[in-house]
Parts: sequence; structure tokens; C-alpha cells
Amino acid sequence: MALSKMDNLYRQVILDHSAHPHHHGKLDDSTNEIELKNPTCGDVLQLDVKVDDNKITDIAFSGYGCTISQASASMMTDAVMDKTVDQAEDMVEAFSDMILGEKSNTDILEDSAVLKGVSQFPARIKCATLAWKALHKALNKE
Amino acid sequence: MDNKSNPWRKDFPILDQKVNDEDLVYLDNAATTQKPQAVIDAISDFYSNDNANVHRGVHTLAERSTEEFEAAREKIQKFINAESSEEIIYTKGTTDSLNIVARSYGQSNIEAGDEIVISYLEHHSNLVPWQQLAIQKHATLKYIDLTDDGFVDLKDAKKQITDKTKIVSIAHVSNVMGVENPVKEIAKIAHQHGAIMVVDGAQSVPHMPVDVQDLDCDFLAFSGHKMLGPTGIGVLYGKKDLLNAMPPVDFGGEMINFVHLQDTSWTDLPWKFEAGTPNIAGAIVLGKAIDYLNEIGMDKIQSYESELVDYVLPKILAIPDVTVYGPSDPKKHTSVISFNLNGLHPHDLATGLDMEGVAVRAGHHCAQPLMTYLGLSATARASFYLYNTKEDADKLVDAIIATKEFFKDGTI
Repeated sequence: MALSKMDNLYRQVILDHSAHPHHHGKLDDSTNEIELKNPTCGDVLQLDVKVDDNKITDIAFSGYGCTISQASASMMTDAVMDKTVDQAEDMVEAFSDMILGEKSNTDILEDSAVLKGVSQFPARIKCATLAWKALHKALNKE
Repeated sequence: MDNKSNPWRKDFPILDQKVNDEDLVYLDNAATTQKPQAVIDAISDFYSNDNANVHRGVHTLAERSTEEFEAAREKIQKFINAESSEEIIYTKGTTDSLNIVARSYGQSNIEAGDEIVISYLEHHSNLVPWQQLAIQKHATLKYIDLTDDGFVDLKDAKKQITDKTKIVSIAHVSNVMGVENPVKEIAKIAHQHGAIMVVDGAQSVPHMPVDVQDLDCDFLAFSGHKMLGPTGIGVLYGKKDLLNAMPPVDFGGEMINFVHLQDTSWTDLPWKFEAGTPNIAGAIVLGKAIDYLNEIGMDKIQSYESELVDYVLPKILAIPDVTVYGPSDPKKHTSVISFNLNGLHPHDLATGLDMEGVAVRAGHHCAQPLMTYLGLSATARASFYLYNTKEDADKLVDAIIATKEFFKDGTI
């Protein structure tokens, strides 16, 4: 059964995050916001981040996308909550390395490490990285 | 019809392979088609035997390549029943062809306050060039509404096209909605108001007989790679008197008559629009693709595809939770079938189908305004061609059902 190959991509925790995303919505008091589009598929991600004293104290995402992009955004918000900006940037790099199949410090990614399986589905890498790219851009926004 | 009894399938070597351990079912023909062995061999033959630049040398190879290059132009002329081969301009593809019309005819003829009329179902290539022209010239870009079935609405066309309209440009066959639009009737309306009619033939010319004199369109754009030919070669057909009056858009070699120090005169049609060394192999090989299509007959290809649609569309519609866009009557639906599985993003659906060996497109199909019009972010799309079979159709339907089962607990 060829579809069983997707088990690595669609792990139960990924399906759960996609069906019941964490930190879904908008923030009233965000300090950094960004809207990022995936032009190849039309997916849109709006990310609101609140940074206090160089620390992420609140975060929320909205928009629409596939299972992978929604689950990735949900897990990313869980993972970076209460982290410093530097820690979050390290996680962005670790996630990017992991998804490209390179050597990566996946320990710091918490639940997000479960998305490692996406590296075997090159067409879906952009879905998984959208949320992390958005975080990187939001944190570096002038 | 199963794969073995399709007489053309064996000509396409790429189809005989496994993808994710399953037999490949290639249903992304609206994006690009596969190539028969005769076309693949023609590329190698040209570079092995005849390669030389065209219209330049006096040597034998140059003579040979020029002859083949111009013979292919005549094949294209006959294929769409143009009056003269001077009306056939080689381009990079449909996008390039439409841009030439916008940049040359559009630049010369559109003024502030004029109207350009397109429809909500246009591909970005038949939308953005007109939109940018309208912005630059302070003209108005208007959109014809769609019927409930997804056709460009003739009634609304009559309202939108006015005496201020200078250009009407419509897709002959939609790359999303699976409809053949009434472009002949729309051309009549356009002409009654003194506007010109541009037809985007990217999805029609490969699949049905197209006769530019019968349609009475002023321009027709299409691509080689969607009709068994190579990428990077396409065609712009234009009526001779319009093309003659239009300025060239690219300047350089090949397109000149005589170059003086301070001015230049242009050469004749069609070369006036073909600056630089053209895609010689592409043009000649497109001619071979047309030979292949002609040998089967465009009528036969059209009726074969419509038989496939008769077979597969009701089966897709019968899957619970599937939405099909465009007409649900197979007699009205072309072989481009866009659909969604409710509750599942089309990318997840397409990955599931890929695991079953079934190649479909998922996304906005370069038609974002249409997606907005339909209230969607994306769809899955299966598109058929002459080498597809009922066996392929069954595998598609089975794969949709299997994917639906895989995600049965829902994800969105």
C-alpha cells in the first residue's frame, strides 16, 4: 500500500496540530507582525509576535494552508514561546537544516522535530518552512 | 480502454515507469504534455545532422535548417488554418505571445480612458500583461462574469464590451474550469464595437481543431510544450494587416531590413517580430509534434478525450465529499478537471495521489483572481491527453478514495 509511505509525513501529532492548532488567531498587543505568502500554492500565513525584553512572550498565527504548513506553524508557536530572540533564531536555523536533510541540532526543536519526515518529500518542504521563515522575518523586521 | 489498447501510449517512453513503486499515471497535461519518441528523436536528429543558424549562411547546412524552420511555420499555418505563413510568429510560448500583443499592439493603440476586457477565469499570462498596460496607459481593465457552470458569460460580455473597448482577450479553454468558452461569439461582439479579439489558445490548440479564420480572432497565442512539442517554443498568430501595422518589440539581428547609423528599417513579416537567433530546433520539432497530431487527427483526439471525460467525471462526482469545479455535465466539460476533497487541502491530496503514482497539479493554477472569485485558495487538477486511458481514470478515482480514507479523521 503506497499510501503507508505517507505515515512518516503525516504522523498523528502532525494531524492533531493541524486539526487543533495551538496559538491560532491574532494578538492585540504584538510588537512584530508579518504576512507571508507561498506564491507557488497561494497559502497565506499571518504571524503576530510579542517581544518583551528580547524574549517572545506571546505569539499567534492565522491564515490558511495545508496540513503540513498549519501543523508546522502550530508546533513552531509552541516551541518558541518564552524563548529569547537568539534562541528562536537558533531554532529557525536548526529547523531549516533538518528539513533540508542536513546535520541539525533537532533537540532544541521540541515537537517540531517530528517534521523531519518532510525532508523525504521535497515538494512539501516549502509548506513546512513557511512558519519558520515568517518567524525569522518578523523578528528581523525593522 | 486499458493502457495496452491505447494505440498511442507506447509512443511515449516516459509513461512506462514506476513512481513511488506504482505505475505512473500522468494527469498533469494542462501544465505540460509528454513527448512521443518521434519528437524526442527529432531533437537529436536536428543537432546530429542539420544544425546551423537560419536565414544567414549560404552554406548547405544553413540552407537545410532554414528550409526546415520555414517548413515548420507552414505546418503551423495549416494546423490553425491561417491564411498565410507570414501570420505565424515564433515565440517562447503563450506568455511571450500575449506579451508581444500587449507591448506592440497595446502600446500603439491603447489610450487613457480606453477599455481592455478579459474574464475572471484568465490565466495570469492573459491577465497581468493587460493589467500592466492598463495601469501604464490609464485605461480600464474590465472582467466578464462567469456563468454558474463556469463559462465566460456571453450575456455579461455584451454588457462589458462597449464602444470604448479596444482589446478583448479570452481563454479559449480554461486551464481550471474545464470549459470551452464561446470565443467566436465574443469575437463578433468585440468586432461590432471596433475592438480586436485575442484568444489564449494554450489549452485549446493541443486538444481540438482550431480554425482562426472560422473564429475570426485577430490574435491567437499557444505553446509547443502543451501539444507534445518542446518547451521554449510557442506561436503568435495575428492577422496580417494588424501585424504589418504593429511596431516590433525586440530589436537586433534577423528583424532588420537595413541598418543605418541613425535609423533602421524593419524586415517583412513574420521575421520583424523574431529578433535574434530563434529557437530553431524548437520550431522544427514543434513541426514534428504537429505531424504526429495530424496523423491521428484533431477531431479524433477531441472525441477520444470527451469519451474519457464521459467515463471519469461521473466517477469523481460520485465520491462523497468531492467538489468538482465547472460543469457537472460531462458533455460540457473538457478534459481539465479541477476538484477538492472537502476538509483536505489540495496539497495533501496531491501528495497522497503522488504516493499512488498519480501526478496531478495542486495549487492556484496561475489564476489567483479566479480562486478569489470562487472563494478558494487552491484546487487539485487532473488533466488528460490522448495517451491517457480509462485505466488511468480508474487509478485516479481509486487514489482519491484511498487518500480520503487515509485522512478519514479529518485534518483541517
